Amino acid sequence: MTPPGELRVQRAASDRLQILLSGSWRLGEAPPSADDVQREFERAPEVRSAELDASQVGDWDTGLLTFLVGLERLCADRKIDLEKNGLPQGAMRLLALAAAVPEKKDARKTAPKASFLVHVGNESADFVRSAGELLAFIGDAVVALMNFIRGRARFRRADLGLLMASCGAEALPIVTLICFLVGLILAFIGAIQLALFGAQIYVADLVGIAMVRLMAAIMTGIVMAGRTGGAFAAQLGTMQVNQEIDALKTLGISPMEFLVLPRMLALGLMMPLLCLYANVMGILGGMVVGVGMLDIGLVQYYNETARAVNLWNLGIGLFSGTVFGVIVALAGCMRGMQCARSASAVGDAATSAVVTAIVGIIVSTALITIICNILGI
Amino acid sequence: MDEKQAHIHVEDLTMAYGDFVLMRDLTFTIRHGDIFIIMGGSGCGKSTMMTILIGLKAPARGRVLYGDVDFWAAGPETRDGIIRRGGVMYQSGALWSSMTLAENIALPLETYTDLSAARIREVVELKLALVGMAGFASFYPSEISGGMQKRAGIARAMALDPEVLFFDEPSAGLDPVSARRLDDLILELRESLGTTMVVVTHELASIFAIGNNSVFLDAAKRTMTATGDPKQLLAETRDPTLRLFLTRGETS
Ligand SMILES: Nc1ncnc2c1ncn2[C@@H]1O[C@H](COP(=O)(O)OP(=O)(O)OP(=O)(O)O)[C@@H](O)[C@H]1O
Ligand SMILES: [Mg+2]
Repeated sequence: MTPPGELRVQRAASDRLQILLSGSWRLGEAPPSADDVQREFERAPEVRSAELDASQVGDWDTGLLTFLVGLERLCADRKIDLEKNGLPQGAMRLLALAAAVPEKKDARKTAPKASFLVHVGNESADFVRSAGELLAFIGDAVVALMNFIRGRARFRRADLGLLMASCGAEALPIVTLICFLVGLILAFIGAIQLALFGAQIYVADLVGIAMVRLMAAIMTGIVMAGRTGGAFAAQLGTMQVNQEIDALKTLGISPMEFLVLPRMLALGLMMPLLCLYANVMGILGGMVVGVGMLDIGLVQYYNETARAVNLWNLGIGLFSGTVFGVIVALAGCMRGMQCARSASAVGDAATSAVVTAIVGIIVSTALITIICNILGI
Repeated sequence: MDEKQAHIHVEDLTMAYGDFVLMRDLTFTIRHGDIFIIMGGSGCGKSTMMTILIGLKAPARGRVLYGDVDFWAAGPETRDGIIRRGGVMYQSGALWSSMTLAENIALPLETYTDLSAARIREVVELKLALVGMAGFASFYPSEISGGMQKRAGIARAMALDPEVLFFDEPSAGLDPVSARRLDDLILELRESLGTTMVVVTHELASIFAIGNNSVFLDAAKRTMTATGDPKQLLAETRDPTLRLFLTRGETS
């Protein structure tokens, strides 16, 4: 067992230092560093040359090499001649190997520190740019859709089937749970208020209209944004990382048609069906409260619901559902396609896909509501 | 260290994915300070062999001995301890994409040593310089080329001065000069630090330049057909498959 690495610096002449190394220079044993020599140099500014004697060095590894690299740089900076004696052969050769390829100076990146105003400006410019990208993406998607209508879009029909299964049938359990409970909650809240006027029967109207016209579509949309939108972004993002999307492009296959179109179609087709199902679940939820708590008869509840909900309500609900489906698909695919090439970028893409989709759903709900109001339906 | 002493000994090993048996009856020894080449055609199970040696995948049968410790029969802690003394370079680089090269190389150092930040930076720079990539410390893996990712992966594998280094196709995707320099580095590390090297490669030039021991996996026979110094194998083998492999199919 050799003693730990030791560094001794002594004056050999008035302008010459002698640096003696001994013991074991292993990284794990924290050997001295070049900084210790630097202190000696600073104490003796008149020194012009130095002599390194490493003949007493026992075991060594990277610990010795980093010391030597640091020492060489130090001497070069201070224009001191360094004479190296007794270095292990292997260390000399490794150092030569490390110096074989010169450092790429221009490769070093220096990120200038941005001031607050620059930061705000960049963020604003980014926002404008991302709005532009959104529009461009929607445009590309519409072009892909036109190609599909003309029967010229290239994608695998089997993919469409799988996607429809995964964002249709496989979403049923969660949609059941959420919409049943939302119907139940609406009925509870309504029941407390309406019971004050002895108008419990109108719980059926409340739940029916709210679910069919709006709530079913919104709830399903948000569930799908979290469940499917995030998944789309992660899938396409990972494909981007692995250069699979580049591989499609070089084959002349448009990723818009091959990847985005089937996803958009699948969600656009499945969302109205899911909404229809969600309507039934929501009304069932309300019915449980109405029949179980408010002593409304089953048939009476059904008749009241059927009277209250008209076809316009249903139409608007299903239309909203389709729009939400397309929004979720577009947001997911767009964030996935914009994904950068790293694992954390895939995570960011999934997050921002869900956020974009939910914002899109709420904004378009507001728009649809205002338009319906103006049209008086 | 004793040159003759066995470092890793593989005994009667069978590798399989489920019911699909890839290779059976593998027995060979990697000695301390060997540059051991695992060779064979594409898809014959070289990378799989490596995953078994580094503890990622259990063999279907047989033993792997590190010294006299049975690697797979030992508990997970023992296995972790053994594998921590090794460094691995994966076939696809496997750099952590959300960290810069410097952070990639620093992570093992920060985790397993108590070096100061300045010291770690020095080590990182040295390791990058050794693979010919000085100055790229602040780059992200997605910002450098495929061959550079490979070399950065090697720098990360070397970070802790391991006792044994595993390389999966280190020179694939490198230009001849870089590949040559990498061979020099492998030889040099073995010479000066006594590191045992286990290298998966198809590069004939490297095989003969650096290898002093090897095993040949024959995809058709589903077992190893030869082990030993590749130069000697070339001189002595009568197996047509191995001869074809070692001469790039040139019959002479
Ligand atoms: N996760 C897996 N599940 C099932 N089979 C696998 C799996 N990974 C690999 N294989 C099979 O094992 C075989 C060997 O794969 P391996 O990656 O070890 O090959 P290799 O010798 O490293 O090839 P290459 O030189 O091309 O890298 C292949 O035929 C592959 O089909
Ligand atoms: Mg492989």
